[in-house]
Amino acid sequence: MEYTAADIKRLEDKAKEIRRLIIQMLAKAGSGHPGGSLSATDLITALYFSVLRYNPKDPSWPDRDRFHMSKGHCCPLLYAVLAESGYFSKDKLLTLRQLGSILQGHPDRRTPGVEAASGSLGQGLSVGLGMSLAAKMDKKDYRVYVLMGDGETQEGNIWEAAMASAHYKCDNLCAILDYNGFQIDGMVCDIMGLEPIASKWGSFGWHTIEINGHDIKQILSAYEEAKKIKGKPTIIIARTVKGKGVSFMENVCDFHGRAPTKEEAEKALKELE
Amino acid sequence: MEMLYQRDIYGKTLVELGRQDKNIVVLDADLSGSTRTSLFAKQFPERFFNFGVAEQNMMATAAGIASCSKIVFVSTFAIFATGRAWDQVRNSVAYNNFDIKIVATHAGITVGPDGASHQALEDIALMRVIPNMNIIVPCDGPQTADAVMAAVNNKGPFYIRLGRPKVPTIENKGEFKLGKAQVLTQGNDIAIIACGIMVDEALTAAKSLLNKKIKARVINIHSIRPLDVETILKAAKETRGIVVCEEHSVIGGLASSVDEAVAENFPAKVVCLGIKNRFGQSGEPADLLKEYNLTNSDIEKAALSIAS
Repeated sequence: MEYTAADIKRLEDKAKEIRRLIIQMLAKAGSGHPGGSLSATDLITALYFSVLRYNPKDPSWPDRDRFHMSKGHCCPLLYAVLAESGYFSKDKLLTLRQLGSILQGHPDRRTPGVEAASGSLGQGLSVGLGMSLAAKMDKKDYRVYVLMGDGETQEGNIWEAAMASAHYKCDNLCAILDYNGFQIDGMVCDIMGLEPIASKWGSFGWHTIEINGHDIKQILSAYEEAKKIKGKPTIIIARTVKGKGVSFMENVCDFHGRAPTKEEAEKALKELE
Repeated sequence: MEMLYQRDIYGKTLVELGRQDKNIVVLDADLSGSTRTSLFAKQFPERFFNFGVAEQNMMATAAGIASCSKIVFVSTFAIFATGRAWDQVRNSVAYNNFDIKIVATHAGITVGPDGASHQALEDIALMRVIPNMNIIVPCDGPQTADAVMAAVNNKGPFYIRLGRPKVPTIENKGEFKLGKAQVLTQGNDIAIIACGIMVDEALTAAKSLLNKKIKARVINIHSIRPLDVETILKAAKETRGIVVCEEHSVIGGLASSVDEAVAENFPAKVVCLGIKNRFGQSGEPADLLKEYNLTNSDIEKAALSIAS
């Protein structure tokens, strides 16, 4: 599939809008995780507004493509994308993390468009594997996408799922690794290094694609390439910048799990105009 | 007396269910021969998945499959299903309230020679603290089939606890209803509440007590959750006290369930027989039951301490 310059521009603008929503909802909530939400914004915006097959009017449509956010703490991104897609109204975004809200601090099935809860790291690739096996049993052609954090892949459960997904030849499964290089305690390479990451996944039997996770063109062509791979699952290893799009948040570990203050949010929104 | 492996009944019931309902999927983690899910695997290989020695992945994968409107049976030994994969059971299975039926075998001390590492004495406790989770401990072979059917016919997550050895079939239990205890003998002197293999021991104790002119009301609580609080309270009110016996830690299982029900509603004398702050060990099942004071004579002794 060919994408025109206008397609790319449309997605870039959309990503900017998603980033604005993330900042607004986190500032209102007063807590949450901006860094990893912003680093994965381009990946997930491109997915929802150019690749994924879904119907917001019928969230349980059996033939829908599945997206599961395994790194559940970055749900502000998911919520913004779901609202922008029409699963629920945008004014709900400002209820994030409040008592009784459909938008919990980590994903929960009470939110229209959320397939399964997440938040306890390392389980999401298995959940995606289950969806992939269900598609194969039902002979359905939907695809399954799972977003993982880089720190998250330190969990053993991820590698159990990696082994099993290759064993069962889950070519309808596409993992997306948001490789922003930071986790709560510091840089991933200092806390528990992942390198050589591509060859690790390759040796587990996965097709690997390495891209710049902020280049919409590269993102789209990675999704296209993944669709064509037969007999094995694909992982898109996306190099990203934590806090991408807001200058004073970029590569600042503190913004992994701290919401912007009112002043910081105003400054951020100005940058995202 | 008919002696059956609960696991055999589980495997056969799965095959029947698989024939009736194409939506049933079965998962195992390298123990399909022991858990008898291998019977299903043989009949329906396209709906059976072996995950190797990786229980956490199996449990979270069950969630993904169940999210696509399937009923998923997950089997392994009780210690691994509830211990190794507890976080996956909590967050991916129960929190999502998916239709996942965890049927674990080799629970309790009667695992025998394999010893402490394989003897789950805390599995009921680990499942009971999780919201949404239904828990059934069938007392014999036929009741295993009842439990599996109840799990299929009721939405949401279930934990069904099965043992390793053959167990005697208990006659005249009456109808099986999820959440409804079975009163097996009538009596107002003492109540003996049991689950699993301890039900048969309780009945033997009751017979012996009858020779001493003590009438025991033996109650089989197969559903730990939902719990039949009404039947427990009735026993508390109408008898001189309750003996609870289970092949599990006295903390968090049936004993705790009875204690909580009674203490909150109608304080009564309760004596608990179960594993008390000890790990298991190797040995033959019968010897282990003696070592851990879980025989019918232990039950009788406890009953006499209350009734006389």
